[in-house]
Amino acid sequence: MSGASGVDGPTRARIGARTLRSDRWWLAPLATFVVFSGFVVFATFRAFQAAHFYSAPYLSPFYSPCLTSKCQEAADFGTPFTWWQLSPALLILIFPLGFRMSCYYYRKAYYRAFWLSPPACAVAEPHKTYSGETRLPLILNNIHRYFWYFAIVVALILSYDTVLTFRDEDGNWGHMGLGTLIFLVNIVLIWLYTLSCHSCRHAVGGRLRHFSKHPVRYRMWTWVSRLNARHSQYAWLSLFSVAAVDFYVYLLATNAFDDPRFF
Amino acid sequence: MGYELKMRIWRGDQDGGELGDYTVEVSEGEVVLDAIHRVQATQAGDLAVRWNCKAGKCGSCSAEVNGRPALMCMTRLSDFDETETITVTPMRTFPVIRDLVTDVSFNYEKARELPSFAPPPRDADGKRRMAQVDVERGQEFRKCIECFLCQNTCHVVRDHEENKPAFAGPRFFLRYAELDMHPLDTHDRRSLAQGAAGIGMCNITKCCTEVCPEGIKITDNAIIPMKERVIDRKFDPLVWLGSKIGIRNKDDDGRTEV
Amino acid sequence: MSDRHPMTGNEMSGSEQVGLERHRYDVVVIGAGGAGLRAAIAAHDAGARTAIVCKSLLGKAHTVMAEGGIAAAMGNRWPEDNWEVHFRDTMRGGKMLNNWRMAQLHAQEAPERVMELEDWGALFDRTDDGLISQRDFGGHRYARLAHVGDRTGLEMIRTLQQRAVALGIDVFMECTVTELLKDKGAGSQGRISGAFGYWRETGRFVVFEAPSVVLATGGIGKSFKVTSNSWEYTGDGHALALRAGASLINMEFVQFHPTGMVWPPSVKGLLVTESVRGDGGILKNSEGKRFMFDYIPEFFKAETADNVEEADRWYDDKKNNRRPPELLPRDEVARAINSEIKAGRGSPHGGIFLDIASRRSPEFIRKRLPSMYHQFKELADVDITAEPMEIGPTCHYVMGGVEVDADTELSAVEGLYAVGECSGGMHGSNRLGGNSLSDLLVFGRRAGESAAAHADGLGGTRPTVDDADVKAAQATALAPFEHEGGSENPYTIQQDLQQTMNDLVGIIRTAPELERSLQEIERLKERAQHLVVEGHRQYNPGWHLALDLRNMLIVSECIAKAALERQESRGGHTRDDFPGPDDTWGSKNLVLRLDAAGTGVDLAHQRCPSCPTT
Repeated sequence: MSGASGVDGPTRARIGARTLRSDRWWLAPLATFVVFSGFVVFATFRAFQAAHFYSAPYLSPFYSPCLTSKCQEAADFGTPFTWWQLSPALLILIFPLGFRMSCYYYRKAYYRAFWLSPPACAVAEPHKTYSGETRLPLILNNIHRYFWYFAIVVALILSYDTVLTFRDEDGNWGHMGLGTLIFLVNIVLIWLYTLSCHSCRHAVGGRLRHFSKHPVRYRMWTWVSRLNARHSQYAWLSLFSVAAVDFYVYLLATNAFDDPRFF
Repeated sequence: MGYELKMRIWRGDQDGGELGDYTVEVSEGEVVLDAIHRVQATQAGDLAVRWNCKAGKCGSCSAEVNGRPALMCMTRLSDFDETETITVTPMRTFPVIRDLVTDVSFNYEKARELPSFAPPPRDADGKRRMAQVDVERGQEFRKCIECFLCQNTCHVVRDHEENKPAFAGPRFFLRYAELDMHPLDTHDRRSLAQGAAGIGMCNITKCCTEVCPEGIKITDNAIIPMKERVIDRKFDPLVWLGSKIGIRNKDDDGRTEV
Repeated sequence: MSDRHPMTGNEMSGSEQVGLERHRYDVVVIGAGGAGLRAAIAAHDAGARTAIVCKSLLGKAHTVMAEGGIAAAMGNRWPEDNWEVHFRDTMRGGKMLNNWRMAQLHAQEAPERVMELEDWGALFDRTDDGLISQRDFGGHRYARLAHVGDRTGLEMIRTLQQRAVALGIDVFMECTVTELLKDKGAGSQGRISGAFGYWRETGRFVVFEAPSVVLATGGIGKSFKVTSNSWEYTGDGHALALRAGASLINMEFVQFHPTGMVWPPSVKGLLVTESVRGDGGILKNSEGKRFMFDYIPEFFKAETADNVEEADRWYDDKKNNRRPPELLPRDEVARAINSEIKAGRGSPHGGIFLDIASRRSPEFIRKRLPSMYHQFKELADVDITAEPMEIGPTCHYVMGGVEVDADTELSAVEGLYAVGECSGGMHGSNRLGGNSLSDLLVFGRRAGESAAAHADGLGGTRPTVDDADVKAAQATALAPFEHEGGSENPYTIQQDLQQTMNDLVGIIRTAPELERSLQEIERLKERAQHLVVEGHRQYNPGWHLALDLRNMLIVSECIAKAALERQESRGGHTRDDFPGPDDTWGSKNLVLRLDAAGTGVDLAHQRCPSCPTT
């Protein structure tokens, strides 16, 4: 119950129930809660593990770019952070994590599923007070666009990683395996998610007041708008795909599975 | 074709009330408002309900049907099982007046707080010119029929009466966005949207979009773009720096802050 | 005024037991549709202290239902268009029975009124040059209707509402006026001194003291069973004017819109915009025949295509082709549809087919007719981009109304103005689509200005409200609660009236049926004496309806009486026993006034004002 200030307030119709919804409104937030929690547990484990993140030619996206001395042959961009003793993933994961945490879709999802604010439409929330995104830390969600700038860089690096998967274990070009396919699917979904971002939509043209004076940006805006309508789907799919790629690398690196090579 | 529909309708006022049971005959193709009208005409002549057009165009008959905010005239009985009891209550965010009628003055007060459109002079031939692509975003928002279901379902005020003074609500973010995207308007309302209208209170949980009977993409097309515009004005150091050293978007020229 | 309720303006809480609220204004506008809002804005701009009193919430008025557009000869699409062509179209559409001066002012001033809306924030659809786009409509020679998709009325009312709010005009919402008050003092007798009404929310009474009252209450459609009109359309303004001593004209002319939904039953009568035909839709009977070619009247032969090829070419080349017969004025199309249905060539649910699916692409339809698409999809499970709609005539608009001076909208009563649907004369015997929205704007502004000028010209000698009148008005309003042993339910009486009007005073009329309708109305008036409402005064729809019924009954009587008198067919009045127009009637208006007893109406003939010949 939200106390006397909400639907039980003195001026409101005295209905009593927290909601009269008879459908399974709790299903969506529950599913979100379970899946996101599962991902967080898995990703945390893998990020701290600092092992089994590379199996030539595949580098797990959780560890890319790999910049510390632990990276060895996976260090495509050198090892400028040799002094970093923790897992190399922890150095760079803040960027995709920040991008997703401040994403307009993920915000909706976790405010509903984790904070129950509100759990579902027309279902009273349990909190006494509410200040939205006007204070720290939630006001920081307003810097989403900076995370988006970094997300572009991350997506470029992951694209580079995907190009590298067209090699064999010894670094010879012109080869392909099942892993290459999985990497390809993942990078497409990562780009779709990154480019369908609301901040992207704003930056390419949404901020304009006169589309007619900027025909190219207007064209770009209409493309991004079309992607943006499916932003939530891309958010979910790319979450699954990035976890799947990492898990696949883990399987290869632990020799639990052998990468089927096509050519 | 016709069948006996079981309904529970909230009857009462600010001093209290309860869900009353009614059984009413309904027929094919009817909507919840038809059933309510039949109850009114045959069983409860003083059942208070607000309605006008009965065509989803005026936005008067907003209520909650089985707990979901909806227009009674656009909620078809065929969407429910014939054996299901349909519960109709007034909107729960606004003070109740009587039965299904609520006091929606909150929204009219908020409308008054919003500075109106401020156009420049007309062109030399006495007409105004705007490109179709420039008015289309605003036109989507002007489809709003002011049913106030978005205001009703928004938890910021639904669950927190104390937020009402500081929060204008989705309907008026729609209006802010419409004016901010208007190709001719000379006012810059971004600071106001953050300050007086409290757009920062919105946590984009999208219930407004879910209940909009006009299908306006309130969150994606109005609130989030408006939040991004507020960020341009208030939070983005690069945009601030750009405007200081003269590298900036000329598209906003000619606007004054209100 | 500090304790006024922020929304409704109500000064008292619902629990307050006694007292009468009083307000003083220069101009009180009754009705907050397009006409009322425009009048209030004009009166406010002219310096008058102005109030708007309306039965519903602000912004819900029936104007939101208008779909097609606002007719104004702006020439944005066809530079050949000008006010004279628009004037000619209006007069021909009304079968020359229009008040020519009103038609002239209307055609001349409409373009500027539309552009004013744009100054206040309206976002019309645009031409490629960025000007306000204009679309085709029945009876208009050129594409002339400024529009926003098919929700132009909503755009108009929202724009005017936002303007009125920005100007800070006082609005009294959900407040119904039941009586006009007049001065009884020597020398100033007969002038309007105010209005009496009640708050719907609390049931408390309120008196407005004002020397100028503008009626902008809309029409009478709720007296008919199949109607596109909302519950508010109970003829309040017509009846208030009658009781105050003003006269009504042209009441026999009721427009039946050719295209209303016929299925499902719950939405029967709901409007399907004429834009469907303007944008290429055609009418077909159950045999698949495009039947309108069989119904082109002599009067319009010269300007109507008589074959499919020419009709189809017209949409793109208006200069060298004549318009399709689907775009004849509404009375002609409605009669044709009625005949087809009667001849047994109707659709399964008793209408005929309106087909745009086979003629335009789904994208075009969704873009140009979004609310029609939505309306059929949501309410009838019909996808109008894939299958034809079933439609039939529906009561839509009353051409008749308060007789007013063309330039000032002043009625026969000093201080009483009428504008919009509740005024008469402008549209003659039949209104063209799109002319009503422009009518609201043009005459709304004129009425507001003259009402303000009248109040201003009075100086210190204001008419006064007589307390006895207020007491009498209270007693009348409370009567439905006090009928000892009353047995009549207001909802039942209303349904019986709607059925009577629909069956006996409908689209095709005959003398015996009209006579029967008058007897029925007398019986219903008698029954209404015994109606009783349950509950108390707080937001009680049964009581509200009981009070509205009085207006519906008297207005219905006006329509039936005038319809029986006019022995010809013209525009919105079709007599089966007098099928053609008759020149001796062609220059006559029928005028109705309250009779001496105050319970019925008297009818008189009057010559139309004739155009000056130059």
